[in-house]
Amino acid sequence: MAETDTPFVQFIEVQKTYDGELLVVKDLNLDIKAGEFLTMLGPSGSGKTTCLMMLAGFETPTEGKVMLGGKELNNVPPHKRGIGMVFQNYALFPHMTVAENLAFPLEVRKMGKSDITAKVQRALDMVELGAFGARRPAQLSGGQQQRVALARALVFEPDLVLMDEPLGALDKNLREQMQYEIKHIHENFGMTVVYVTHDQTEALTMSDRIAVFNDGKIQQLAAPSVLYEKPENAFVAQFIGENNRLRGTVMDDDGTACTVKVEDFTIKALSVNHNGVGSGSTLSLRPERVTLNPDAGSLPNIFDATVEELIYLGDHIRARVSCCGDDEFIVKIPNAHDQSALDKGEKVLVGWSMEDCRALDA
Amino acid sequence: MKTLLKSVSMAALGFAMLGTAGTASAETLTIVSWGGAYTKSQVEAYHKPWIAKTGDTINSEDYNGGLAEVRAQVEAGNVTWDLVDFELSDAVRGCDEGILEILPINELPAGDDGTPAVEDFISGTLHECSVGEIVWSTVYAYDTTKLSSAPTTIADFFNLQDFPGKRGMRKTPKANLEMALMADGVPADEVYETLSTQAGVERAFAKLDTIKDETIWWEAGAQPPQLLADGEVVMTTAYNGRLFNAIVTEGKPFEIVWDGQVWDIDLWAIPKGAPNKDRAWEFIKFATDTTRLADQSNYISYGPVRKSSFAKVTPEMQPHMPTAPDNFKNPLQNDFEFWADYGDELNERFNAWLAS
Amino acid sequence: MVDAAAPSSAPTASSTRDLVTADGTPLKVALARATRLSKLRAFLLVAPLLLFILVSFIFPIVQMLWRSIDNPEVTDAIPRTAALLEDWNGEDLPSEQVYAALIEEISADGMRQEIGRMGARLNYEDGGFRSLINKTQRGAGEISESPIQYAMIGFDEAWEKQDTWAELDALAESPGFAAAFPATAEKLRAWETGNSPFAEKTPGADVYETLFEELSGSGNSTDIAQVVSLLGGTDNPIADLIQRTAANAAEIKDRPLRFALGGVDKDWNDTATWKVIKAVSPPVTMSYYLNALDRTYDANGNIVMQPEWKQIYVDLFLKTIYVSLGVTLCCIVLAYPIAHLLAILPAKHSNLLLILVLLPFWTSLLVRTTSWIVLLQSQGVVNDVLFFLGIVTDESRLQLIYNMTGTVIAMTHILLPFMVLPLYSVMKTISPSYLRAARSLGANPLVAFVRVYVPQTVPGIGAGSILVFILAIGYYITPALVGGQDGQLISNFIAYHMQRSLNWGMAAALGTVLLAGVLAMYWLYDRLVGIDNMKLG
Repeated sequence: MAETDTPFVQFIEVQKTYDGELLVVKDLNLDIKAGEFLTMLGPSGSGKTTCLMMLAGFETPTEGKVMLGGKELNNVPPHKRGIGMVFQNYALFPHMTVAENLAFPLEVRKMGKSDITAKVQRALDMVELGAFGARRPAQLSGGQQQRVALARALVFEPDLVLMDEPLGALDKNLREQMQYEIKHIHENFGMTVVYVTHDQTEALTMSDRIAVFNDGKIQQLAAPSVLYEKPENAFVAQFIGENNRLRGTVMDDDGTACTVKVEDFTIKALSVNHNGVGSGSTLSLRPERVTLNPDAGSLPNIFDATVEELIYLGDHIRARVSCCGDDEFIVKIPNAHDQSALDKGEKVLVGWSMEDCRALDA
Repeated sequence: MKTLLKSVSMAALGFAMLGTAGTASAETLTIVSWGGAYTKSQVEAYHKPWIAKTGDTINSEDYNGGLAEVRAQVEAGNVTWDLVDFELSDAVRGCDEGILEILPINELPAGDDGTPAVEDFISGTLHECSVGEIVWSTVYAYDTTKLSSAPTTIADFFNLQDFPGKRGMRKTPKANLEMALMADGVPADEVYETLSTQAGVERAFAKLDTIKDETIWWEAGAQPPQLLADGEVVMTTAYNGRLFNAIVTEGKPFEIVWDGQVWDIDLWAIPKGAPNKDRAWEFIKFATDTTRLADQSNYISYGPVRKSSFAKVTPEMQPHMPTAPDNFKNPLQNDFEFWADYGDELNERFNAWLAS
Repeated sequence: MVDAAAPSSAPTASSTRDLVTADGTPLKVALARATRLSKLRAFLLVAPLLLFILVSFIFPIVQMLWRSIDNPEVTDAIPRTAALLEDWNGEDLPSEQVYAALIEEISADGMRQEIGRMGARLNYEDGGFRSLINKTQRGAGEISESPIQYAMIGFDEAWEKQDTWAELDALAESPGFAAAFPATAEKLRAWETGNSPFAEKTPGADVYETLFEELSGSGNSTDIAQVVSLLGGTDNPIADLIQRTAANAAEIKDRPLRFALGGVDKDWNDTATWKVIKAVSPPVTMSYYLNALDRTYDANGNIVMQPEWKQIYVDLFLKTIYVSLGVTLCCIVLAYPIAHLLAILPAKHSNLLLILVLLPFWTSLLVRTTSWIVLLQSQGVVNDVLFFLGIVTDESRLQLIYNMTGTVIAMTHILLPFMVLPLYSVMKTISPSYLRAARSLGANPLVAFVRVYVPQTVPGIGAGSILVFILAIGYYITPALVGGQDGQLISNFIAYHMQRSLNWGMAAALGTVLLAGVLAMYWLYDRLVGIDNMKLG
């Protein structure tokens, strides 16, 4: 698994249709580096699982190529691809014990008995289930099953592991714990992971890079922080994290900054991805970047607002205000000593910087 | 409803009523027989005239022979059958086991020539619990289109060299063992004597062995004509009435070989405790008179058991009777007593032989 | 219940006090009371089914078990004889007492049905008993009227012949005879024979008795010698007869009934006959079971194998099991792909296919079986097609029916749905992701199928196999119609004994052995696969 210049996994102009009418994957180009943890994130029906299945070999691309380690995969059957996979419902074989499940990929590779025993034990130890080898999957809890599934996908030491919403069936606490475990395993073993989820928190927590899918296309491919801080279009902005959206028309643009007219208000925004002066644009603004009652002139955008609703969330308070003609405008107020208490119906000022307000496509 | 039916049948049968009106109120008789062409002949020859005479309702049921049902009914104390058409061995056995009514045989009407019933009936056809009805016969027949030369004797049935092809036989030792012995040269009157010995049984089975591989075994009476017609066999044993039906009514190219026929009789008997036993006895007396017995042979080629009926069998039917002189040259009467004694044993042996 | 401090139920050994409700009733009692009504209601709901099962299932099975050992025929018909025979040593002929009891009981009025049954029962043991009993029944009444007459006939049947008496009658006129046997001579002179065919052939009982009296009288050897010489010496068979009768007179007088019964049928002179009656006398018997297993009691009551030509049932049981296993295997092989296809097809296609699978259920069993005859017979559709294709010649048409092949084919077809349905219901629940997981773990499609898919369908295979096997093992109509000579199964013989031979005890014993076999299979299955693992739907 030497680091090379050529990407480890490549999707080259891949298209996929099931019925000949509707493309579920459109002109997909994606390079994944060796050792990378890449997440495919998107709502259901966005094509992310189809991509994963094409990589695993359970679907064939209608058009284009899928490459692994420089070799075309299209005509390689799944069992010859050497890709580990963790399924949504684990797909642990119910008629085998945990140890037999783990031994299965080794047995079909005709490995020696003693090797198998050793490797199985190591894999079980890795997921801290060393004592559970003789149990049946049905005798394990959800989290334990998940770990067994993980161990089984890793036991034959594949260079690439695919995970199809592996944590979907777990409750919240367990899910968070497992996220860290998977992350750690990835860090320790250094294999390439392609992870599919529709849970953005999961994606942000674990990934080196995230490919946001929608409508059969990758909307943005970037590191988590970039994705959050600098979404490139309205879909990404809205899909990742909480987001205030204001629709308006671009009045002028100097290449870096632009002015957008939203109803009667003129907002200064960072010019990112709009379609030029005169066209419509969606302004994206993270709630935590809004300042309450700023000093006049300290920010380029300061507007009046009315508090509509207050929700106490412990570490912060969410305030829904009406501002710039949008009464779903959210402001996150840190729960700090210097914050004065607000009341419902109170008139306040809200303000934000030009850099925090991104003018995106309509 | 019953009255309505009755009056309809009365009206339909018009004049017949005049003589008998008011003799007795109508009853319902359940008469059980073997079904098919045979029951049909009984309906024509007996049931219809009886209905015309008495206005009774006759409920005709079919069964497959044997004593099992009658025994079950008698044991359960719920007898629904009034009259049953039995094979001789079953009639005798049923009588011995006391599940059949003992009949006042002396009351049977004399033949129309005045001969008392006891002498008019062929010997062996009147029993304590049963009254003979027909003579039927197990014979063999062949398909004339399938054989180049015509078999004429019982020995030809076992002769695969000169008459190659599949054979059909009933899946029971009865009649088969007898035919085998006759084919092996045992005279008809020594057959049962021979069969009573171990060596005789061995001899019969040895003869059957010679055609075993070429034999298809049938069970229901309707099967053998069908097997012949389908070309499954070139010759088969069968009941002569069934063959008559296939040859005359359906025009099939079969020929009956009467040599070595094993004849038997069917009899009427009344299960013990039958609901209308007196009426059933009246029916027996009616159905076994000279005219009625002769009449049945118009509908099926089974012979009457009264001597006085022979002459009344129509000339067209005469040659098809088992008892016709040309057919009755080398006959063997089935020995019910022999089969009552050795039936179980020989059946077991036959089945073991079949399976081996 | 004011006195709540003292719980009404006895305190338990432990120090904890019984829990009580607010009014002091023990909690357990209160709970029982509260649930009693709902328990009663639940019981009433299942009561009709319980009753139905009891009446239509449990009761007949118990009755069948009873029938297979029930053996009342002999004790019902001849209870005293049977009791006397118990003390018989089995070496010599039984005592005169036994003969007397038998003669009296067998000729008793109103016992006809029981006697007939006994004859049938004894006939199962040894062919010929039925006619022996019937003959004896007819003859016994006469014997009791004049034992001596029949004893003489029993001693030598020449005493029954007209010739014998004609000659003696002729001799009666001679003074020598009258001197030797005066009473007999007088009686014979009074006996009207004549030549009419309707005349009596033999004289009345009194003549027999008088002659016997004079033959056996003491000090008569000279008289007998005289008569013998009158008859022309011992070369004359009648002279010999008189001599022998006189010589054995003491024995005949001592045991007239033994000789008389022997005269009815010489089988009564054979201890073997009595041994069979004695063996069949106990009110319960294992002989049906022994028979069902090709064994029997020998004359001394030891269990031995039946003669070879009667050994049929053990082979038949084994054959039934083999055929049932074969049919089950055929069903698995054929049903597996169908069920798999059903499980993976989209609903609208699979429903149509499912209807096709179920279609045979909607057709009469008889119609289905007979249509196989049309298809498989040597002039049938299959052979015609093979002939048309040149695979067989007209002479070598395949025998596909009226043998084991036909039985297996027709039974497989009829039982197939019982395999498809459980398999289908199991396969439907197996997620396709298991196969994918196996493939992704490196197993080729075959290995994935065999090691991952198939083991998960085992509950379905098990359920289907048990259903098919149990149905096959009791199959009756199909083998009867298409089985021919070697395609017969044990159920055909059960039916035979039920309907034809009327040997219900035998049918019950065979049925019980079959039932035991099925239970054994069930037990084996439970041990090997585990009954919890079975999934019917």
